[in-house]
Amino acid sequence: MAKILKKMILAPAVYEFVMEAPLVAKKCKPGQFIMIRVDENSERIPLTIGDFDREKGTINLVVQAVGNTTTHMCEDFEEGDDILDLLGPLGMPSEMEKFGTVVVVGGGIGVAPVYPIARAYHEMGNKVISIIGARNKDLVIWKDKMAAISDELIVTTDDGSEGHKGFVTDPLKAMLEKGDKIDLVLAIGPVIMMKNVAATTLPFGTKTTASLNTIMVDGTGMCGGCRVFVGGENKFACVDGPEFDAHKVDFPNLMQRQQMYKDQESEEYSCGGHCKCVED
Amino acid sequence: MRGGLRNAMPEQPANVRNKNFEEVTLGYTEAMAVDEAERCLNCPNPRCVEGCPVNVYIPQFIQAVASKNFAEAIEILKKKNSLPAVCGRVCPQEKQCESKCVLGIKGESVAIGRLERFVADYAREHGLDKKVETITPNGKKVAIVGSGPSGLTAAGDLAKLGYDVTVYEALHSAGGVLMYGIPEFRLPKEIVQYEISALKDLGVKIETNAIIGQTFTIEELMKEEGYGAVYIGTGAGLPHFMQIPGENLNGVYSANEFLTRVNLMKAYQFPKVATPVYIGKKVAVVGAGNVAMDAARTSKRLGAEHVYIVYRRGEEEMPARLEEIEHAKEEGIELRLLNNPVAIKGDDKGWVTGMECVEMELGEADASGRRSPVEKPNSNYILDVDMVVMSIGQGPNPLLKQTTPDLEVNKKGNIIADEVGATSIPGVFAGGDIVTGAATVISAMGAGKKAALAIDEYLK
Repeated sequence: MAKILKKMILAPAVYEFVMEAPLVAKKCKPGQFIMIRVDENSERIPLTIGDFDREKGTINLVVQAVGNTTTHMCEDFEEGDDILDLLGPLGMPSEMEKFGTVVVVGGGIGVAPVYPIARAYHEMGNKVISIIGARNKDLVIWKDKMAAISDELIVTTDDGSEGHKGFVTDPLKAMLEKGDKIDLVLAIGPVIMMKNVAATTLPFGTKTTASLNTIMVDGTGMCGGCRVFVGGENKFACVDGPEFDAHKVDFPNLMQRQQMYKDQESEEYSCGGHCKCVED
Repeated sequence: MRGGLRNAMPEQPANVRNKNFEEVTLGYTEAMAVDEAERCLNCPNPRCVEGCPVNVYIPQFIQAVASKNFAEAIEILKKKNSLPAVCGRVCPQEKQCESKCVLGIKGESVAIGRLERFVADYAREHGLDKKVETITPNGKKVAIVGSGPSGLTAAGDLAKLGYDVTVYEALHSAGGVLMYGIPEFRLPKEIVQYEISALKDLGVKIETNAIIGQTFTIEELMKEEGYGAVYIGTGAGLPHFMQIPGENLNGVYSANEFLTRVNLMKAYQFPKVATPVYIGKKVAVVGAGNVAMDAARTSKRLGAEHVYIVYRRGEEEMPARLEEIEHAKEEGIELRLLNNPVAIKGDDKGWVTGMECVEMELGEADASGRRSPVEKPNSNYILDVDMVVMSIGQGPNPLLKQTTPDLEVNKKGNIIADEVGATSIPGVFAGGDIVTGAATVISAMGAGKKAALAIDEYLK
């Protein structure tokens, strides 16, 4: 059991939950995720850890109501309620070192998992440039939090209602073309966005990682449902990832696999590409 | 004593059971059990006991059944086996205790497994197994990693010896493969949970949603959480794939994923439960072990019209229990033996449309004594299927090793442990599939039992 200590609405159908999870809060590192099962008949779904407070023993989850379970969680669970099962931390933590200049790209609610990684990069002395994108200004989340840990923050919206009008890849491409020194790009968001970020940086040979939000059942290496081709090899996102070299990920296959249960329901935790925060 | 043939096991008719998830075999009635028990010769030197990895006092419990003293029978069984209702259902008795039975030389051996199941079920239904054991706590703590058959057995034995035992389980419910792997129609989950509740009655604590290697490391368990010893029974959890083209198409499952969705997550009740499972009209299950039979029979129950077992060797080489193969055939599972997949074909949306196979023939015997299959030239063809389940085995999960560098593992990643389970780290023991590679429930239980004794020696 894990108690919901706080529930906040961040954007239409996007909620932040502060969960009582002392064991996870004590151990989790940036880049890791958890599995939840909200009640007896629910699925197990992976959610990336958005933030954590080791002293208070809490973790923050940002959930968008898109699938069966996420909608159930967002609509039917309130402060004081318990989530039946919460397991973590899971997955390999992000690689942490002083790279130099790091550009982090967050699309839709992908900004939440970007945040603790970007904060850690910043604390290690990296120059952090953050690009966060959404369909319109109402859907931009955690702007102030991101600003506080970024040396530079760029907001993009599809309709131009805030920041740059266009996609997250536009300012990234501009920087690369201008010849700015970028040592690492991290992208988290809809698969199509991560695919486009990888395609943008590839010609420049810029090291790029993506955190993959695949379908999972157990989250511990047991089901293989999260398998993804990386450099021609099958990897399990849950134990080998979730972060991989974005230039080696077979994104078209990943996108197809995300559609596996489309007819039955949506299992994706992110906007699943519906936010159109990037070019198709 | 009536000798001759064993009593048959009542079953649901094949064309009824292949459409439901109720248990296939129905168990002996009291009269059948007593009659079967009377066949036992009660040998002075019972070889059946040697054939049992946990050395159940077989003739004694059978004599108790023959004299209708079922309370005594369950007490005798439980002295050696904490999970008799499970073992009575899933142990390969024909290769173990029953293979040693003297009656088997000229006729049929005593149906030891069926009697074990009868006693466990009878005791559960009649409340005969509620005898409270008097345990004197010794104040020492032992942590068990993984709540499958090996871990549960070690936990039960250590609790009886007075240890304060906590079992850590990564999933949301205890039981390991008994919950996620073996289907409801072969092992009802209610029965697994009942046997686990009996362990809790002995004082065993179970912490679900705790993954050792992440939530706690082994070192933290011993240095910060105060455990004197740790037993690792994490099993063979990582599914193998064939590494052939098309394995990442939609409609391709590992047996682990398919069975976990259906068993642990109860996807057969979708949409009442939220976890979905895809089911094809024509399903190929690759492999021929018990897990493959489970996956094939589950597919049939979920509505597949044709279900094929695709196996590169012949019927004699199939590793599954004979009973499982027979049950599968009766339920309409089609065997495509001496066939090996070489690629899975898909459409432009990424869904399975067929599986390319090559025909095989048996050549010379290999190191395992089985004749090794060789490809027949130019025999490739496309098997018309829209779903594939890979059931070619599982390996060890790398997670624990990643955070426990001192723990020695072999090339395959299995933990290196001696005869009693001692590993390269003092106080850390291991057993079951994580040491041996994928094997049986009962051999994992045997390892748990040996390790419990070794842990007791170590902590004395």
